[in-house]
Amino acid sequence: MLNIEIDGKALEVENGSSIIDAADKLGIAIPRFCYHPKLSVAANCRMCLVQVEKFNKPLPACATPVADGMKIFTRSKAAIEAQKSVMEFLLINHPLDCPICDQGGECDLQDVAVAYGTAGSRYTEEKRVVFNKNIGPLISTDMTRCIQCTRCVRFLQEVGGMMELGMVGRGEHAEITAYVDKSVNSELSGNIIDLCPVGALTSKPYRYSARSWELTRRPSIAPHDGLGSHIEVHVKDNKVMRVLPRDKESINECWLSDRDRYSYEGLNSPDRLQVPMIKHNGNWVETDWKTALEFAAGQIKDITNEYGSEALGVLVSPNSTMEEGYLAKQLANGLNCGNVDYRLRQTDFRLDGKRVGTPWMGCNIQEIEELDRILVIGSNLRNEHPLLAQRFRKAVANGAQLSIISPLDNDPLMDIAHKVIVRPNDMVNVLGQVLKAMSGLQRLSLCLPPSLNQLLEEIKVRPNTQAMAESLAGHGAEVDLIAPKVGIFLGNMALSDPRFTEMYSMAEAIGGISGAKGGILPAAANSTGMHFIGVMPSSTGMHARAMLEVPRKAYLIVNIEPELDCQHAALAKSAMQKAECVVALTAYKSAALEHADVLLPIAPFTETSGTFMSMEGRVQSFTAAAKPLGECRPGWKVLRVLANTLGIAGFEYETSEQVKTAIFGGEKPSAVVWRSLNNNLKQLVEIQVNIKHDGLQRIGEVPQYNADPLVRRSPSLQKTKYNTKPLARMCAKQMDQLALVEGEQVLVRQDQGSAVLSVRLDNHVAMGCVRVAAAHEASVSLGDLMGDISIEKLPSTKGVSA
Amino acid sequence: MLSPQAIEKIDYELTKYPADQRQAAVMSALRIVQTERGWLSKDSISEVAQYLGMPEIAALEVASFYNMYDLSPVGKYKITVCTNISCMLRDSDEIVNHLQTKLGVGFNEVTADGKFCLKEGECMGACGGAPLMTVNNHAMHEFLTPEKVDEILEALK
Amino acid sequence: MTTKMKKLDTMKPVMTDLKGQTLVCLRTLTEENPASLATYIKLGGYSSLKRIVTEKTKATDIITEVKDSVLRGRGGAGFPTGLKWSFMPRYFDGTKYLVCNTDEGEPGTFKDRDIIRYNPHQLIEGMAIAAYTLGAHVGYNYIHGEIWQDYETFEAALHEAKDAGYLGENLFGTNFCFNLYAVHGYGAYICGEETALIESIEGKKGQPRFKPPFPASYGVFGKPTNVNNTESYASIPWIMQHGGAAFAELGVPNSGGTKLFSVSGHVEKPGNYEVKMGMPFSELLEMVGGVWKGRKLKAVIPGGPSTAVLPAATIMSATMDYDGLSKARSSLGAGSLIVMDETTCMVKALHRLSYFFYEESCGQCTPCREGTGWVYRIITRIVNGQGKMEDLDLLTDVSNNISGRTICALGEAAATPVLSFIKHFRPEFEYYIQHGKSMVEPQ
Repeated sequence: MLNIEIDGKALEVENGSSIIDAADKLGIAIPRFCYHPKLSVAANCRMCLVQVEKFNKPLPACATPVADGMKIFTRSKAAIEAQKSVMEFLLINHPLDCPICDQGGECDLQDVAVAYGTAGSRYTEEKRVVFNKNIGPLISTDMTRCIQCTRCVRFLQEVGGMMELGMVGRGEHAEITAYVDKSVNSELSGNIIDLCPVGALTSKPYRYSARSWELTRRPSIAPHDGLGSHIEVHVKDNKVMRVLPRDKESINECWLSDRDRYSYEGLNSPDRLQVPMIKHNGNWVETDWKTALEFAAGQIKDITNEYGSEALGVLVSPNSTMEEGYLAKQLANGLNCGNVDYRLRQTDFRLDGKRVGTPWMGCNIQEIEELDRILVIGSNLRNEHPLLAQRFRKAVANGAQLSIISPLDNDPLMDIAHKVIVRPNDMVNVLGQVLKAMSGLQRLSLCLPPSLNQLLEEIKVRPNTQAMAESLAGHGAEVDLIAPKVGIFLGNMALSDPRFTEMYSMAEAIGGISGAKGGILPAAANSTGMHFIGVMPSSTGMHARAMLEVPRKAYLIVNIEPELDCQHAALAKSAMQKAECVVALTAYKSAALEHADVLLPIAPFTETSGTFMSMEGRVQSFTAAAKPLGECRPGWKVLRVLANTLGIAGFEYETSEQVKTAIFGGEKPSAVVWRSLNNNLKQLVEIQVNIKHDGLQRIGEVPQYNADPLVRRSPSLQKTKYNTKPLARMCAKQMDQLALVEGEQVLVRQDQGSAVLSVRLDNHVAMGCVRVAAAHEASVSLGDLMGDISIEKLPSTKGVSA
Repeated sequence: MLSPQAIEKIDYELTKYPADQRQAAVMSALRIVQTERGWLSKDSISEVAQYLGMPEIAALEVASFYNMYDLSPVGKYKITVCTNISCMLRDSDEIVNHLQTKLGVGFNEVTADGKFCLKEGECMGACGGAPLMTVNNHAMHEFLTPEKVDEILEALK
Repeated sequence: MTTKMKKLDTMKPVMTDLKGQTLVCLRTLTEENPASLATYIKLGGYSSLKRIVTEKTKATDIITEVKDSVLRGRGGAGFPTGLKWSFMPRYFDGTKYLVCNTDEGEPGTFKDRDIIRYNPHQLIEGMAIAAYTLGAHVGYNYIHGEIWQDYETFEAALHEAKDAGYLGENLFGTNFCFNLYAVHGYGAYICGEETALIESIEGKKGQPRFKPPFPASYGVFGKPTNVNNTESYASIPWIMQHGGAAFAELGVPNSGGTKLFSVSGHVEKPGNYEVKMGMPFSELLEMVGGVWKGRKLKAVIPGGPSTAVLPAATIMSATMDYDGLSKARSSLGAGSLIVMDETTCMVKALHRLSYFFYEESCGQCTPCREGTGWVYRIITRIVNGQGKMEDLDLLTDVSNNISGRTICALGEAAATPVLSFIKHFRPEFEYYIQHGKSMVEPQ
């Protein structure tokens, strides 16, 4: 520890701190533009110049490490003079167009200028003009305002993992730009808007729509992936105008993924359902709540009376709140119906009943960056968990070795130590190899269960899996770690795979041997919460897949578009079609709900209170940021009144808090959660590691901006390069083998369904696989996300380009 | 596509640096490609970036920072005249005027026949030979007089 | 790689009259074929390196010798070379680098060019001795882009040295290895700044790094690196051959050895002159044939534009060494004398210099990026006859605000000419503003 003095105040700081860190700790404000605690130090804006005893020149507080006995003056004559001169320089070429600038009112330059600037300018020469750049649908540029602090450049390079912006030219002509006309494609790009200390980078969808002081700011929780990012919803005239991150170091730090930032546009979609609707003779008719609820209840009652309570299926979105999930489950219980599920994109349910507790990510989000060795199984991290991926990137930057086993080889924008890119079927065998290699490597030779040992005997360990195992065991090129911190995680593609049980069991065994933390990376904002509540079938009930395979007479669906949100699109579609009645609680009118019979408008997350449980088991409640649009009502209220109308007892909840209290039995949520989270299995499940099967497999990845009804309705996100319509993507070798050429139209078949798709070269796809995106209307006629698939050439359209 | 000759030269430059520091050769690689193609188009810069495994924008940063790289066509011969103080004191203005009259172009302009481009240069580190100029970056001519300039231009025709 | 064209210049040395010079760094100039390895060896070249490497001379002994020589950094800052060498970490796991700065881009500076084209082997030997002393196995000589022909000369010398066993692996049968490479700039003055030069070697824009950390702990590719000027390295073999004390004695106290002075501008015989430190300016002026065309001396920039201009009277009584010029309120810099005769318009001279700094600012930090353009525009306005008297104070103020507030020394460098020109020649500026034309130039 070092003893220093800032503006006469004594302070003890850690060795290696900078002056600005120390001053921030004391609450002494030093103006700054380029400095950001999460980015490398550039020291280029010079705004933070301070006077330091014994130095004849002012020093930048951001880049100057403190030394013992240092006396720093941030407000001395010399310091102020230096700061004011820098301010003057910054303003001479700045357009001072604050009245028409979106940053106005929340601009660092404006704020600092008030404190350090003068009323008039001594600069009478011509000002610099810099042409604007088109860097994509999310970010607007006004480059004349830029003060060259390079925060955006550093963010994309250091946090985003890819240098997409640079400062070209030099001197006064230096300007920030992407390469020629390229757009910024980072899935974290919106953060550069927050980082920009001036109005050079602003939000494109938000542009000119509000002034910052007109906005009401409400805290909330991001509703897409399982990270549970803290957000601030900005509302004007009851309309959500934008979403920004709230600082939460242990979750999202100060960042936000583009999905969480821009999906709000979907809240204002023309698709929003504002009044209840009933289908009459094939036509949708608007109606009032009472009529709609009575109609829905009457239908459900009639069908369950006639065919038994198991004729009903209840499907709930994992993006719905815990309260909604809980009441849907209670409603089914009240009808004696065991067919309830939230695991819409899962197909392997063999672990049901075998788990000790609620599966989760197995560690805290922050712990990821401290890991030494990481194994990620079946995940395209940046697509599935855009912001969480950044924590992995930090771990790797800190020296962690990352291993990947996946059917997709998309660049996670971090160094990969070892990877095996194979068909999902072969992933199990690869995991077996890693397990076998590991069991021979450990200093403490742990005994594997006999059944597993036997399975492993037939497996031959290849050099690449041997190397991966050695990495996970802590071996290194220069030094072997005695007790490496290991993390093993299964992603969306593993969770959706028909052999998830095998993958999970193997991962658990490898984790057991290596003392790893880890678990699953649940796909949605409330997947963990839904599991915790038990929005899953009773012992005799049907799971999500079975409810579609053996169609029910009636469905109650909450917050989903069945063919876009379920594992097997074609099955989902036909099940809805065949049903006598589908009651849909939905925020949107949708083509995917054409087979429904009654639409009950529910509020999206900004118009209701509720709770999500994140992948690390954090229970996070939020309140409504705006009033419900039109006649729509919070989902929990609709479920409550529907249950009342059905005459089910116990639905007396007046507030969502009461529902939450019921969920946690009146206990402190964290205490209950702490007891519940557990990735262990009660017993080993029979697994098969060697499957000889040579057919093509589909990789039905869900593109991140198609993941749920809300994000699908953000026009800006849909304009990004991540929104590509489904194509038959495969590697060059696979195309050769099938004698296909780029752009050729092919018939793609899964089960009974088929689609004509265009062939696209994608060398990120494992041999033996075809990548066909899901959650898109062009692929709704197809089946399992991760199932068998076949491709037939179309004779008539040889070589026609798409 | 980089020519085999260019690749050979770039590979030679790469031997100067550790294997994991390919970007270090970007200055040479851009120079080699520019010498071969006359100037650096955005495609040329991309090709260099790809060959060295570095972000395109980082290669553009370099190409746009150093002023001997030409990001637009400069004709067959780029003549860069130093006008900095040591040259100015020895009448570089006269050389500039002579060149401008003779070629009929101003600074940063290319002659109609696409043969010559005139550029104003910064200090070339050879002020003892002032006034001076370079032709296509790599050939320096010192102690210039209008007569000597004529000789040089004649030799380039 | 070079354009195919008839060579109109012969490679004859710019400097022909060696009378009065004391040749250390350019000692091969007395010979017929100065740049060749044979010439250098004939003069005792590489003998010091061989002795040091084979006798396994202790690094600390070499550093002591260099300290005794009172050799100070010849690139402009004048930092004692021996002391700089002692900053390099002795024990370090991994590669350490040696870098030579031959990126002369400051107007009036062209001395190192003559070392690499007329005596490249002395530089190579000097660097090899430094590498041995500092435990570096890889070195780079970064050469100014525009002197391309000399870059090629130096590359050829490197191959010659390598083939002869003075560079490469296991030199002289010992386990000492040193690989030296030539790399080039491509038109950026700022790369003469050592950290910008390091960035450039790494294949980046030449934007200076904030110090600390200094290159000795974080240099090329993040590894400990020693950066010296060409002339500094080239002095080493002589020092090791004749001893530090002998070198020190060539000069004056606090300024050891000889110095290469690049003389340009209004003199009869511009070129490089290697003379003993401490030579009176008047004597040097005589050596270069005096002011050209029989005119009177008006002013001299003694060490490159980043050093303050001195009026004739001041410089005529100054001696050419660190203390001598410091006493005259300027500095030795890189020893780049820009001589201006009585016809020189100081307003226009400053105008050109201000354009240079504006053009060459890297754009990284605010005061220099914004300030150099401001200064240039004000002076342009004055030159165009639209100056205002208060512009002179504004120029001074803006320059003071750039100076000392930037990452690198370009801030000071850009401010110095403005401040010194206005200080010494204010009436000329006032005249220009009042009359809209130059006081000295014929109209």
